[in-house]
Amino acid sequence: MKKLLLATTAMTMMAGSAFAAGHAEEVKIGVILGFTGPLESITPAMGAGAELAMAEVTESGALLGGATVTSVRADSTCIDAGAATSAAERLVTADKVNAIMGADCSGVTGAILANVALANGVVMVSPSATSPGLSTAEDNGLFFRTAPSDARQGVIMTEILADRGVDNVALTYTNNDYGKGLADAFQAAFEANGGTVTISAAHEDGKADYSAEVGALASAGGDVLVVAGYVDQGGSGIIRSALDTGAFETFYVPDGMVGAKLNENFGAEMNGSFGAYPGTDNAGSGMFVELAAAAGFDGTGAFAPESYDAAALIMLAMQAAGSSASADFKDHVMNVANAPGEQILPGELAKGLEILAAGGDIDYVGASAVELIGPGESAGNYQEVEFADGVYSTIGYR
Amino acid sequence: MDFLNALVALTNYVIVPGMAYGAQLALGALGVTLIYGILRFSNFAHGDTMAFGTAMTIMVTNGLLALGITFGPLPTALLALPFGIILTCLLVLGTDRLVYRFYRKQKAAPVILVIVSMGVMFIMNGIVRFTIGVRDIQFADGERFIISVRTFKEMTGLQEGLAIKATQGITVGVAVIVVAMLFWFLNKTRTGKSMRAFSDNEDLALLSGINPEKVVMVTWMIVAALATTAGVLYGLDKSFKAFTYFQLLLPIFASAIVGGLGNPLGAIAGGFVIAFSEVTVTYAFKKVLGYLLPESLEPSSLVQLLSTDYKFAVSFSILIIVLLFKPTGLFKGQSV
Repeated sequence: MKKLLLATTAMTMMAGSAFAAGHAEEVKIGVILGFTGPLESITPAMGAGAELAMAEVTESGALLGGATVTSVRADSTCIDAGAATSAAERLVTADKVNAIMGADCSGVTGAILANVALANGVVMVSPSATSPGLSTAEDNGLFFRTAPSDARQGVIMTEILADRGVDNVALTYTNNDYGKGLADAFQAAFEANGGTVTISAAHEDGKADYSAEVGALASAGGDVLVVAGYVDQGGSGIIRSALDTGAFETFYVPDGMVGAKLNENFGAEMNGSFGAYPGTDNAGSGMFVELAAAAGFDGTGAFAPESYDAAALIMLAMQAAGSSASADFKDHVMNVANAPGEQILPGELAKGLEILAAGGDIDYVGASAVELIGPGESAGNYQEVEFADGVYSTIGYR
Repeated sequence: MDFLNALVALTNYVIVPGMAYGAQLALGALGVTLIYGILRFSNFAHGDTMAFGTAMTIMVTNGLLALGITFGPLPTALLALPFGIILTCLLVLGTDRLVYRFYRKQKAAPVILVIVSMGVMFIMNGIVRFTIGVRDIQFADGERFIISVRTFKEMTGLQEGLAIKATQGITVGVAVIVVAMLFWFLNKTRTGKSMRAFSDNEDLALLSGINPEKVVMVTWMIVAALATTAGVLYGLDKSFKAFTYFQLLLPIFASAIVGGLGNPLGAIAGGFVIAFSEVTVTYAFKKVLGYLLPESLEPSSLVQLLSTDYKFAVSFSILIIVLLFKPTGLFKGQSV
């Protein structure tokens, strides 16, 4: 009901502003996420996060002198690079979007970047592609991400494990660009630190049975099993099977694995396990959760804050450039994301837009404490979590 | 002692999971094989029929739980299973009436029916996602283990543990009962015999007065029951997710073809062949050999024939070899 009301309000608002401001520009942002496929359970909140930022900006009427921002959704499928490329192609050529918020999975993001964004000169901001490979991909300054590269996460993981005195682990990863990238980054960092990875075995997502993988992992042994997978995919399947057969008792869970689903699926069985996922203790994340609750979706979902920030960055950069053309505003993304300037939190986009219109400087902090470094990716703040009494809780920030 | 440890490790990681997975595949393959034998096409919608049946069963389970009804130590879903089967029957009979009957009347070539079933697959896929959502759902309740690793270790004093989950036991038990009932039905009842006659020679069966519409209807009902049972057992053992059921189709077809399409016995054998080939060929024997061999000979590598990445390659290699050398499958089925 709430959603229906919201949709109706949004419709009337759009209709209203169309009548009122006939001269104002209409900005279109493509939201390309895996609405079907392996990530279909977290993408609705991600899409809603991005659209929340757009609704906020439209409502403020402060962007480029009262431009309305509309979202055009497309399905990246997460795994099918061909389908994702043609969906993105459609966004750019048929829907004529000004920028793309997406994609979600690293593999399809690379494909869209190379085949569509580069060719058409469209800015792309991914909220969740974390493969280290994307840091060095050719992008002509068009590609940004509000998620950190996994090269950074590999180091964080090594530090956390070393602090707990673990030097012998088994490693399994989901067989795609994300899993492979994270596994390689972690293995390199861990071994450089003197640790041993007894086995590094891939698992496929969405498969029927994981006994073969767990058998091999158990045979290789290790004090902790590092599961670089997805919580509502093969990752949970591996943990389920490992717990049932008694193969491992302690798990390390990286970003793709931390979620409320873990508590629900395993509860007290996970006690003593630990992990880390992107996150900060800044005020922005709490404010975002409240905004999301008011809009009727779950703001604690994985990468939902990053999605809000990705869309917000696009619009703030447009305002800074005074133009909605990718070629104009691509150079302003880094400026609005980083210091110096007034700090902008979720829900304060209107304020940010006004400061920029007046020629001021802003430092967009947003829901995930955005700080873009190097090739335009998030510097990466992680919160360390530990399982006790059947739920995970944050025990520190790194 | 070391020998026992090796045996327990092998049972825990290979034999027990292989048996449960094999039983799930066998039930799925039985449905595919019945459709192929009697309606003469490969039903691609089978995986999603399983998903639909499971989704319905989960909803009824939730209803029962809300009323405070449980099944003691057994999962409540088993109580809800008959309702799930009835709802699935209605769905497949409706599909047959709306879609397949039209093509049957036209005597459409099997390949057309295959493509039609693919369309049905996508629609069912959508129905499941709309009714129950795309999330991962756990619906197993009751006792979790028949033997857990800890109790086994305490009982025997062995270093290796053995776990048999309640759902694994139930899976194998229910599969045996269902298969026994199916064979009794096919071999002893009048309707079952007419189904087999229809499968062997359609024209002759029609001449001897068998009503084809009735045979088709009974077949769909049995298939709905098999698919729902297989789907619920699989979901109890692992978890329910629409996407995974869609992916289950591949190993199920491999099982049915390896065993011999159209032959129920073959479907069961095929299910176990595929399940065990996936688990054993990629198993790392380091642990087992470590117990068996003297210390000096202990392997330092994993002693793994193939990395687990290739487990699907294994089952499909078997599929190709069987098709090359015995196109009718291990048990005599119809050639593909």
